Amino acid sequence: MNIQVLYFAKLREQLGISAETLDLPEGAAMVAILLDLLRARGGIWATALSAGGNFRIAVNQELADMTTPLTDGDEVAIFPPVTGG
Amino acid sequence: MKILVTTADFDLTTEVNLLRENQPQIGAVVSFVGLVRDINHDCSVASMELEHYPAMTEKSLHGIVTEAQQRWHIIDVTIIHRVGKLSPCDQIVLVAVATMHRHDAFAACEFIMDYLKTRAPFWKKEHTPDGAHWVDARESDELAQQRWATPQT
Repeated sequence: MNIQVLYFAKLREQLGISAETLDLPEGAAMVAILLDLLRARGGIWATALSAGGNFRIAVNQELADMTTPLTDGDEVAIFPPVTGG
Repeated sequence: MKILVTTADFDLTTEVNLLRENQPQIGAVVSFVGLVRDINHDCSVASMELEHYPAMTEKSLHGIVTEAQQRWHIIDVTIIHRVGKLSPCDQIVLVAVATMHRHDAFAACEFIMDYLKTRAPFWKKEHTPDGAHWVDARESDELAQQRWATPQT
């Protein structure tokens, strides 16, 4: 299944990418599993997205957590804690 | 309801007049205007860049207003948040809440700002003579949002 992944602000700069489409195995139907796959790239991916790291997740533009399920065509955004206002 | 994310500046009087227009039941308007501070107190912040997540921003602001409407009797709301390049003293954000009575307007305005600061996907990057850096989220903002967890009326 295809998942669109977006990165914002400091994370976008650290990871050097703003968006990518990942073809996940059907079993990878949860945010936690997507993050494991990203961390497995090693280097800055493992550090910036480490468990307990300072980042937030949104699935289809709604704040989500590690247990949020994923389905084909979902948009997942990974970003630092927000600082607007 | 007016929710706008824009690079353009806004005028408080114009926005409050638009909010009130033809709504004689409005008895109170509370507005909050957020400004770009020079956080280092020595004019060292030359400028600031505000990034956002366009697909999510207005959706999250609508969600915050919907939550406020469940707590207080709100007649109308205007939220304007600027993005792009800003300088010290520029206006960043406007939240204006119109209600029948002042208590609802004060409370809802503060609630919306506290939620906006912790949930709406905006990020500030400051440009100083020492280089650019992303502003870190503050724990005090998180605590300000959490105090609304127990419904208050």
